[in-house]
Amino acid sequence: MSQPDIAHVAHVCQAMRRDIIEMVAAAGSGHPGGSLSSVEIVATLYASVMNHDPARPDMPERDRFVLSKGHAAPVLYAALAEHGYLPREELVTLRKLGSRLQGHPDMRKLPGVEVSTGSLGQGLALANGMALALRLDGNTAPTVFCLMGDGELQEGSVWEAAMAAAHYRLDNVVAIVDLNGLQIDGATCEVMDLGNVPEKFAAFGWTVMTCDGHSVAELQDALERAKAATEGPVVIVARTMKGRGISFMENLCDWHGKAPNADEAERALAELSDQGE
Amino acid sequence: MADRATREALGATLIELAALRDDIVVLDADLAKATTTVKFKAAYPDRFFDMGIAEQDMMATAAGLAVGGKTPFASTFAVFATGRAYDQIRNSICYANLGVKIAATHAGITVGPDGGSHQMVEDIALMRALPNMRVLVPSDYLSAVAAIRIAAQTPGPFYVRLGRAAVPALYTESAEFELGRANVLRTGADVTIVACGGMVWRALAAAGMLAQDGIEADVIDMLTVKPLDADTLLASSGKTGAVVTCEEHSVIGGLGSAVATELGLNGPCPMEMVGVQDVFGTSGDPEPLMTHFGLTASEIAAAARRAIGRRTA
Repeated sequence: MSQPDIAHVAHVCQAMRRDIIEMVAAAGSGHPGGSLSSVEIVATLYASVMNHDPARPDMPERDRFVLSKGHAAPVLYAALAEHGYLPREELVTLRKLGSRLQGHPDMRKLPGVEVSTGSLGQGLALANGMALALRLDGNTAPTVFCLMGDGELQEGSVWEAAMAAAHYRLDNVVAIVDLNGLQIDGATCEVMDLGNVPEKFAAFGWTVMTCDGHSVAELQDALERAKAATEGPVVIVARTMKGRGISFMENLCDWHGKAPNADEAERALAELSDQGE
Repeated sequence: MADRATREALGATLIELAALRDDIVVLDADLAKATTTVKFKAAYPDRFFDMGIAEQDMMATAAGLAVGGKTPFASTFAVFATGRAYDQIRNSICYANLGVKIAATHAGITVGPDGGSHQMVEDIALMRALPNMRVLVPSDYLSAVAAIRIAAQTPGPFYVRLGRAAVPALYTESAEFELGRANVLRTGADVTIVACGGMVWRALAAAGMLAQDGIEADVIDMLTVKPLDADTLLASSGKTGAVVTCEEHSVIGGLGSAVATELGLNGPCPMEMVGVQDVFGTSGDPEPLMTHFGLTASEIAAAARRAIGRRTA
């Protein structure tokens, strides 16, 4: 990706952060921390890596995105709005009665949401099933990208799916771990230590890459290489910071599932405006 | 016709369906021999996925296959299918209304010597409670074939409950089955016996016993536990004024509960329940176990007399 392209994605990231703050503040509840840590990952996928067309959300050759950490729905909605899957004005309906923007992504309500998620630890198996269906159809173009949180890796079902992806040599599956090191009750290493995440995936037979999860250039490079891989599943362990981009939210588990009040939202948006200049 | 287990219909029917439809795929969790999906594996190896001893992964993977346009049948023992993987069934399958067909074998007490850890008597309760889920409990080989076909033909999630033990044939090849419609296998004006699965042939035997004393029973095979055939139930209960339910399942949350709800709301009458009385199973051979838990024709007949007695009292 050229420097101007990287600059464009970085600009998109700032817009998505604004959207996340505005929609979570309007909702009065939600998950800003893990949405903000995933911004560069999701923005790079949608702006640069994935083959997709908002005008044809069902096109067979599209790449698929599974938000296994479904509580980060705001980051997905921000990306979908950025690319025209829904009007930006609709974002503030998040979590409200009658909204297509459910608290966790609902494939039956919002076009562009490939699959419903929300209960942690199930997205990778869903991605595997989607990948198997593509293989059965002889549809080799698409890649199924699956974004998981690091706390989510405590679910045993993740490792069942990790085993299966390697067993069936699913080279059309790319997992991304948003390794922000925090979960609701505290640091992952204190709540339930995950140990060495890259080594764990390697031991399960995956090709493992690591990168700075807030560097668009590094993410773009890793995602493109993972997409092109032909030797079974690839995981990108992306080091991130929870609450990234908002000074008073960064690296604090308290912002996992708490909406900013009006004053905090204003400060957050002001910070983002300053960063954008 | 020889006695056959309903589970035997699974592998054979899936092969039949797969010959006609490319979208049929099958997943199992290391029990393909016991569930009989191994037959499908032999015939269609590319469309069979053994997920190992990982039921949660099997259910969510099946959901992903359904997202991708396939019609997956996910098979394992009822206890693991519904208990171990409940959250995957709830959130990944039913919440998104995906067409995953769960074909669970070894349901109920007649699993036998494996004992209470493997004798699943709460599965109907768990599956009935889920929005979008339909629950079919066939009573013999041919009705099991029909249930599997109905599940394959109808969009959305299904739970098909199959047994390990051989049961007598109740239907002929010409029998017709329909989602939401029960089959009345015997008619009588005195009492309504509603049964499902391996209790249907016992209900017919009970009706025979009652007839010897001049008591005539309607025997309803409620293959379609959800959606329940309320019309057939209420027409019969309106006529007889006394109902007995029979199931190889807990009396909590199963067929009896569904019938009790329907009667309570729309046609109250005396009712008795033959089922597992809120206890776990235990090791033993199937028939002695059924006697131990009171799941016999004579117990059904006794329950019918009690219901009739309450009506006339």
